[in-house]
Amino acid sequence: MKKMKKLVCFGLISAMMLSAFAGCGKKSGSDVIRIGGTGPLTGGAAVYGNAAKRGAEIAVEEINALGGMQFELRYEDDTHDAEKAVNAYNILKDWEVQISLGSVTTNPCIATAAETYADRIFALTPSASSTDVTKGKDNMFQMCFSDPNQGSASAQYISEKALGTKIAIIYKNDDAYSTGIFETFTDKADELGINVVSTTTFNTDSQNDFSVQLSDAKNAGADLVFLPMYYEAAALILDQAKKMNYAPKFFGVDGMDGILTLEGFDTTLAEGVMLLTPFSADATDEKTVNFVKKYNEKYNETPNQFAADAYDCVYAIYEACQKGEVTSDMTAEEICDIMIAQFTTMKFDGLTGNGMTWGKNGEVSKSPKGMVIQNGVYVGLD
Amino acid sequence: MEFLSNVINGISLGSIYAIIALGYTMVYGIAKMLNFAHGDVIMVGAYVCFFMTSRYNMPAVVGILLSMFVCTVLGIVIERLAYKPLRQATSLAVLITAIGMSYFLQNGAQLLWTSNPKVFKSVVGDGGVQLTEGLYVSHVTLVTIAVCVIIMIALTVFTGKSKMGKAMRACSEDKGAAQLMGINVNTTISITFAIGSALAAIAGVLLCSAYPNLVPTTGSMPGIKAFTAAVFGGIGSIPGALIGGILLGIIEIFAKAYISTEISDAIVFAVLIVVLLVKPTGLLGKKISEKV
Repeated sequence: MKKMKKLVCFGLISAMMLSAFAGCGKKSGSDVIRIGGTGPLTGGAAVYGNAAKRGAEIAVEEINALGGMQFELRYEDDTHDAEKAVNAYNILKDWEVQISLGSVTTNPCIATAAETYADRIFALTPSASSTDVTKGKDNMFQMCFSDPNQGSASAQYISEKALGTKIAIIYKNDDAYSTGIFETFTDKADELGINVVSTTTFNTDSQNDFSVQLSDAKNAGADLVFLPMYYEAAALILDQAKKMNYAPKFFGVDGMDGILTLEGFDTTLAEGVMLLTPFSADATDEKTVNFVKKYNEKYNETPNQFAADAYDCVYAIYEACQKGEVTSDMTAEEICDIMIAQFTTMKFDGLTGNGMTWGKNGEVSKSPKGMVIQNGVYVGLD
Repeated sequence: MEFLSNVINGISLGSIYAIIALGYTMVYGIAKMLNFAHGDVIMVGAYVCFFMTSRYNMPAVVGILLSMFVCTVLGIVIERLAYKPLRQATSLAVLITAIGMSYFLQNGAQLLWTSNPKVFKSVVGDGGVQLTEGLYVSHVTLVTIAVCVIIMIALTVFTGKSKMGKAMRACSEDKGAAQLMGINVNTTISITFAIGSALAAIAGVLLCSAYPNLVPTTGSMPGIKAFTAAVFGGIGSIPGALIGGILLGIIEIFAKAYISTEISDAIVFAVLIVVLLVKPTGLLGKKISEKV
């Protein structure tokens, strides 16, 4: 028995060592351009990382099937942790990544952006939306709206359409995404004279119970509640608001996207919820329909905004590479300069918007679409 | 009125903490180990019930019973594989193993059921009782409190009167002596885990009925809060878990409503520290002199 145990131990150790070596220095054929990114593939935020990875995979497959320029994609897991993201990035660097997709979520992306800046590797993040990601870095670009854009665009929209007279805000105070939008929203709201009557917060640890926040909004007489957060928390808020017979208008941001595909979610709860989002899986244009169909076939689920952003990232890089005549034997640094020149001058049409342009600060300019949920589907507001 | 509605909200939240704390405290009271994987067994219980009721449209009772069965088996397996080999090891080693088991369950759940959030369909319906204008108690809260009290009484009677319960208490006092008296310590501890895990399944179903967001990490934060509640009420004490849970819920809601939503957790834990400074064994904890 003891011998048996020893044998098993030996077997396990050798398997471990083999797998450790297997990760080293594996480089593929020479005429592909290596694109790498990090994202939470496991852990609490895995739904975002996996969506981005899958969206990018589909784009790479399509591009490679066209012939001509070939891409190889590699995603490393960062579990939505800044330190692990740097480790993940270092793995990609050992693999000699030529173009980076940054990180999927904000905090890790702030960490990897500093690295790509120092290493002169061009980075385009699908979804890390804080301005801290791009600040002071000439080679860091975003595919999603930056948080300030979302916050002020939401305030502008609410004011223009006169959607509410008394506004309540509930935001997540341990999340850079949520607080970023909250801050610019209130700035813009002050400027436009929007009456904010209740501001309450929650955090990851208290993400279950919203009775106090909703009572506060209700008692202050708010007729519109602004929810700058992801859909998981928003779904609970909608549910609890209904239970306490509170029916204001709810206004969300792009993180709200996905609420309708939440398994088991009663879509009548979301009836009338408004949001600004660049992507809707229910849109009927050819590009979106194709993408949603492929994604569904391959992964058996409906893609969300993260998947669409990552898909657009790969295509934007593809376009820039073609226009800038990037070849696979160039160094990351050479590619970086070409990409910066291309991105600051090009116009890109993708799933998440037409005629996108990028500023020198790396922020994208595209127009958010106002959507309202009616009978369980998104309907354009305008 | 606002005050009363906050009290009710506090009790609703606290009853959920209490029902999780019961399982925690019972396992601790007998096996003298902190089973940090308890929160994740809760999550597994909730998933099993979710699949039964939402995917296969079974009646809620079937879902609850099956999830209790699955969790019981899971509890015994965890105990056999992870904790039993460490029976003679230091309590620190067991603690670390429990934390490892907790991560194992979370990541296993993610592999099996993906990290996409699911919305749990309440097993007791969505309704509630409108007491007066502005005062509303949901059915889930009423059921949770009732279940808490039933479990508390059942556990107290079971450990006090039945033969197995006496064996459990004997094991908790002195494993060596219990063995000499002819008690099968391993079986007794396995049964403790089985009961604790079955309670976890019930807690999971009620947790997700109240707060229907189901992800692989659903159990971890309520698990930690419930652990706090158990310590607050006096860990090892079954009525203490109930009182600790409800008080913790009320304090949390009051801190949010009257002080700040931003620092409510800090206030909750500050209260805990004060209580432990004044009464180190918790509200209902017994003072146990250390053997030398």
